[in-house]
Amino acid sequence: MAVREAELETRAHAHEDQHKHQKLVIIAWSGDLDKVWPQMILATTGAAMGMQTTIFFTFWGLFSLVKDGVHITGDNWMQKMVSMMDRPGMEHLKLGKMNFAGAGPKMMKHLAKEHKVASPGELLEMAQDLGVRLVPCQMTMDLLGLTREDMIEGLGEPVGATTMLLEAQDAVTLFI
Amino acid sequence: MSVQIARTLDLKGLQCPLPIVKTAQAIRELGSGDLMEALATDPGSVADFGAWCTATGNELVEQSETDDVFRFVIRKK
Repeated sequence: MAVREAELETRAHAHEDQHKHQKLVIIAWSGDLDKVWPQMILATTGAAMGMQTTIFFTFWGLFSLVKDGVHITGDNWMQKMVSMMDRPGMEHLKLGKMNFAGAGPKMMKHLAKEHKVASPGELLEMAQDLGVRLVPCQMTMDLLGLTREDMIEGLGEPVGATTMLLEAQDAVTLFI
Repeated sequence: MSVQIARTLDLKGLQCPLPIVKTAQAIRELGSGDLMEALATDPGSVADFGAWCTATGNELVEQSETDDVFRFVIRKK
């Protein structure tokens, strides 16, 4: 009996410890609406569950952090071309499939509103409120010519892959 | 022990992850031991509230369903 109790206690402690170190790292690579959405859903949920949550925004993922009013980003014509082909900003994301020149995302947003599903933009605000760290990838910012002025407020300092992998060492890590 | 509900949260009609996210946001305002009542219609919330309480250490004191509305009473850790 005593052994069983001790075992249960050990397990309870192990459970507590496990909670103390719960961390979630999301590598947000995609800028497609149907991938940014789960990035935001999982980040807000992780933070709501008390997990220390970090999103590392890299490549196309970075564009969802560009301010709504900014159309063209970058210095040279190649960088500018990227933002011209694909308007940056959380409100202008395209679907990975069935985009139909923008009709797809419109329909999806209409459905979401009808079913009271929060938009990625709303979820991003909630994520910030719940203390999710939003960290841009320094290399991709330089590659694409994105500046801090192009991007929304409240972001962490841009970092590199090493810093992110260190953060991910003891975390649940998702690549979306 | 107080059995008074300190706060009622109307989450009816909201979809995942909003019921849990809004619960997490709202419970910050309460003190330890306070009771919060949450009303939701998302069938997924039944499993989610249990999981959320397990993860956060808050206690799910009561759970019931009336006319497709799920009621959860949570005691803050």
